Amino acid sequence: MKLEELRFGTELLKRGFASMQKGGVIMDVVNAEQATIAEEAGAVAVMSLERVPSDIRKMGGVARMADPEKVTEIIEAVSIPVMGKVRIGHFVEAQVLEVLGVDMIDESEVLTPADEQYHIDKKQFKVPFVCGARDLGEALRRINEGAAMIRTKGEAGTGNVVEAVRHMRTIMGEIRMLRGLDKQEMADYAREIEAPAELVIECAERGRLPVVNFSAGGIANPSDAAMMMQLGADGVFVGSGIFKSSSPERMAKAIVEAVNHFDDPKVIAKVSTGLGDAMPGLDVHTLRDDEVLQTRGR
Amino acid sequence: MDAKIGVLALQGNVSEHIDAFLLALERMGHGPSSEVFEVRSPEDLAECTTLAIPGGESTTISRLIDKNELYDPIRQFKGGIFATCAGMVLMAADVADPRIHPLALLDMAVDRNAFGRQRESFEVDLPIAGLEGGSFHAIFIRAPVVTRAGPALNVLARLDQGIVAVECGRHIAVSFHPELGDDTRLHERFLSMNGI
Repeated sequence: MKLEELRFGTELLKRGFASMQKGGVIMDVVNAEQATIAEEAGAVAVMSLERVPSDIRKMGGVARMADPEKVTEIIEAVSIPVMGKVRIGHFVEAQVLEVLGVDMIDESEVLTPADEQYHIDKKQFKVPFVCGARDLGEALRRINEGAAMIRTKGEAGTGNVVEAVRHMRTIMGEIRMLRGLDKQEMADYAREIEAPAELVIECAERGRLPVVNFSAGGIANPSDAAMMMQLGADGVFVGSGIFKSSSPERMAKAIVEAVNHFDDPKVIAKVSTGLGDAMPGLDVHTLRDDEVLQTRGR
Repeated sequence: MDAKIGVLALQGNVSEHIDAFLLALERMGHGPSSEVFEVRSPEDLAECTTLAIPGGESTTISRLIDKNELYDPIRQFKGGIFATCAGMVLMAADVADPRIHPLALLDMAVDRNAFGRQRESFEVDLPIAGLEGGSFHAIFIRAPVVTRAGPALNVLARLDQGIVAVECGRHIAVSFHPELGDDTRLHERFLSMNGI
């Protein structure tokens, strides 16, 4: 087989990679030790970070891509895929993560946005991207820019699942609503939500987003994770929820099992028993406007 | 024969395999009495005549096979198994990675992520031995290769890095993802091998 016959970085490879993560838990980790714990617990991938979202909240200031040394340390520690976060619109941070060998890039509202007008032109990259969304319009704009995976945003670093639920219900509800529309009404709706009409029609035909849709932002225990799966998520991201709990190893394993058996409350009950404390939570209604992350990058 | 095809649904590319089998059955002219369903427990497994182990993360699927008490039942499963990507890793006798508990149903050694990371994932038109209708458009995603194939295995395809498709008895194992795309020739070949 000659090298020129191989094709790299295609849309199919990007979406295919995302599809392999289905039914899985992707865990935030800040060092090699945490990455190894996540892999042993059954995570399908890890998100390499300088600090988890709840610590980003506490730190304040500008949150940026992690130090390459940290990303490389995590890549070397595990055999599962490693993802990394870049600031919204910061295409050079994305170029750096691609060179480091990260398997998927998260263009994330958890970091401080670098561009308030444009997201990254994700089609310019060989590595696939995941992006956050709160509603169908946001999700389809990101897919149109080249995102191979969507994750509902929730409100990261709060340990409070309420926003994750709101965003998943919104997207699933909007897709269900499309089924009652004819083509003209769909085109009209596409203009209203500022999304390409052909993607709106594709959602209506398939009854789902054209790419894998995970849940994120506030999942703190096995029940939260299973609820998001029952609401229609293809898998979950758990950020601060694992390594800010009182026994991360057990919490990680329990959430993996809960996602695997999301429709079996007996299993959820068993894995939730004696888990210790979940991460400390935040009431999202007490957040000041400038502390809310989900409104970044629409 | 009416088919009862199970797809191991612990994690990974499950719905795509179900859709590919349904399309393959339709193209082979099978009626609605053939079934394709998810396998999550030993009870589900007991219902099927053939099994597919899909792609996904092999470390995760391996752990969940053990957790769900499916390891011995799959080892003792009498029907054919169609294993893709992570599935191929699990079918091997020798994986040389303590994170994997291989099923050892095929006499072969497998190297995980043999081509590298996601940026090294690729598509290629791959000639497959005995498959009519020209080469197969194969999607390799962080794929494994077979580094040693025992004498009982029939090698179907190889690349510079190693063997990427084998069959043995009623089993087929491939490094790539025939369920991504609408070419169902490998699914059909697997069903034919199993008398369906």
